[in-house]
Amino acid sequence: MMDLVFTANDFHVLKPAVVLCLFGCGILLSDAFLVRRTGKRWLNAVTALVGEAIVALVVLQHLSDVRAGGAFSGLSGSIVIDGFGVFFNIIFVLSGALAVILSVRYMEAEGEHRGEYYALVLFAQAGMSIMATGNDLVVLFVALETMALSFYVMVGFLRRSKRSNEAAMKYLILGAFSSGLLAYGFSILYGIAGSTSIEAIGTAVAERPDGDWVTTLALITTSVGLFFKISAVPFHMWAPDVYEGAPTPTAAYVSVASKAASFALMIRIFLSAYGSAAESWMPLLAGIALITMTVGNLAAVTQSNLKRLLAYSSVAHAGYILLGLVAANDAGLRGIAIYILAYVFMNYGAFALIAALRRDGEAAEEIDDLNGLAGRAPGYTILVAIFMLSLAGIPPMAGFYGKYYIFLGLLREGYYVLAVFAALYVAVAAYYYFRIIRACWLTGSGDKPAALDLGLGTRVALVGSGVLTVVIGVLPQRFLALAGESVLLALR
Amino acid sequence: MEVTTSHYVVLSTLLMLVGVIGILTRRNILVLLMSVELILNAVNINLIAFSASQQQVHGQVFSIFVITVAAAEAAVGLGILIALFRNKHTVHADEIDLLRW
Repeated sequence: MMDLVFTANDFHVLKPAVVLCLFGCGILLSDAFLVRRTGKRWLNAVTALVGEAIVALVVLQHLSDVRAGGAFSGLSGSIVIDGFGVFFNIIFVLSGALAVILSVRYMEAEGEHRGEYYALVLFAQAGMSIMATGNDLVVLFVALETMALSFYVMVGFLRRSKRSNEAAMKYLILGAFSSGLLAYGFSILYGIAGSTSIEAIGTAVAERPDGDWVTTLALITTSVGLFFKISAVPFHMWAPDVYEGAPTPTAAYVSVASKAASFALMIRIFLSAYGSAAESWMPLLAGIALITMTVGNLAAVTQSNLKRLLAYSSVAHAGYILLGLVAANDAGLRGIAIYILAYVFMNYGAFALIAALRRDGEAAEEIDDLNGLAGRAPGYTILVAIFMLSLAGIPPMAGFYGKYYIFLGLLREGYYVLAVFAALYVAVAAYYYFRIIRACWLTGSGDKPAALDLGLGTRVALVGSGVLTVVIGVLPQRFLALAGESVLLALR
Repeated sequence: MEVTTSHYVVLSTLLMLVGVIGILTRRNILVLLMSVELILNAVNINLIAFSASQQQVHGQVFSIFVITVAAAEAAVGLGILIALFRNKHTVHADEIDLLRW
């Protein structure tokens, strides 16, 4: 009989999610009873940031616990706090806080500044936090859906905007479809193992004969579900539409945090549950990674809308991160971690730049809207250059190290062809990122230039992300060490 | 003929395929939402069949969570659909074309 007593340790492992949910509910209540009466809507954002600060303290506590005594688990082993989970929780705290900071000004300008939005940011983060630490199919599935349902609403939050409605509808249909396939895969895994624990499933899958069709069916359905979530080609078509239609801070949050959480889930499932079947999924992942990079990079070249361009570039980034999982050695997994860390800052920075652009009070999102900014806003232009160079993976920016370690991982495993293709696509990517930098220096077609609407929050987010993008690039040792600690699931 | 676990798995696979084909071919958003429900119900059949064959309760508990999630998904989906209908007066996926699908 399992021990069904809820202990202090169980509470300790759940703390990040508990704090996030409490603050989320608190925002809903205070918004209804206090904030709407006083009209001080920014109080909701402040409450959300206080919540993020407390979660940050809890996560740092987890980090020091893991450093002192190794990984520990709670709730009958269904949640495991290890270096991997803690690292991803740090990513989620950073992106949640940045999402809150960026949203204040943007939602105010769009006339949809309501408390539910911040509650949803926190609820989504609670789901992601469990996604990265969960070790049981039921827990992982519910966490994934907590995240996804919050995101559907956030994407459609501009309810008077047809684009936002449409984006939310598409995201919901395709997201629910992919979750359904993923759940189908989970149900078969449960059938194989007779248990929902990831370790038990890993053991049971290892005992199946080679080429077993049941395992293959489970592998295919779970992978398709996960490929949707990370927007890998050919399951990427939702990404550009959702990023274009969603409020810009939400697009940043979806592109960074939901992708990171889905990668966390994917890495844990592929390395722990399917670890023994690596020969059968490695070629599949390698192929998907290759076409993801190809389609993402080539489609990004032709885009004129900045958010769509960033969407295709984020598809391409997903391809690079997948390559780290193909290598599946220390360098590759460390590369994934440092890649995602850098991606938080550079991608939030890029989206924050777009969120600040306005033309006649409307959000301006075309590449041409950047014209003439070099003369009028030199600081802004420098930030454009920093984030684009980092996204392109050019040293000494943060984006370089992720690519470096992933390529290193590939070369160590002998995947020379993949590494060559990945390196070639960096050149393609440099073309469209430089196009954005160049647009700042062009004078444009004589239209009134776009205005910059930089609230305090946007300034803080921009400068903070910019400084960290450079700092990770110039002084990477500490961040590389942190990324190294997250590699616990060594496969070989 | 005795009904074994594999019969249930075949049934659930067929049900899932009906759902997948529905998502890929139908254009009415309400039907798309129904197709998603079919997939999730295929999952439930699987879970309960495995749970019965292994004399365990885990699968049944999992299926209750899946039902809950399906309900939440339907609620959010219909909510978004209502917002969309107010703006566009259609539930047809082909007419929802501001963003390139």
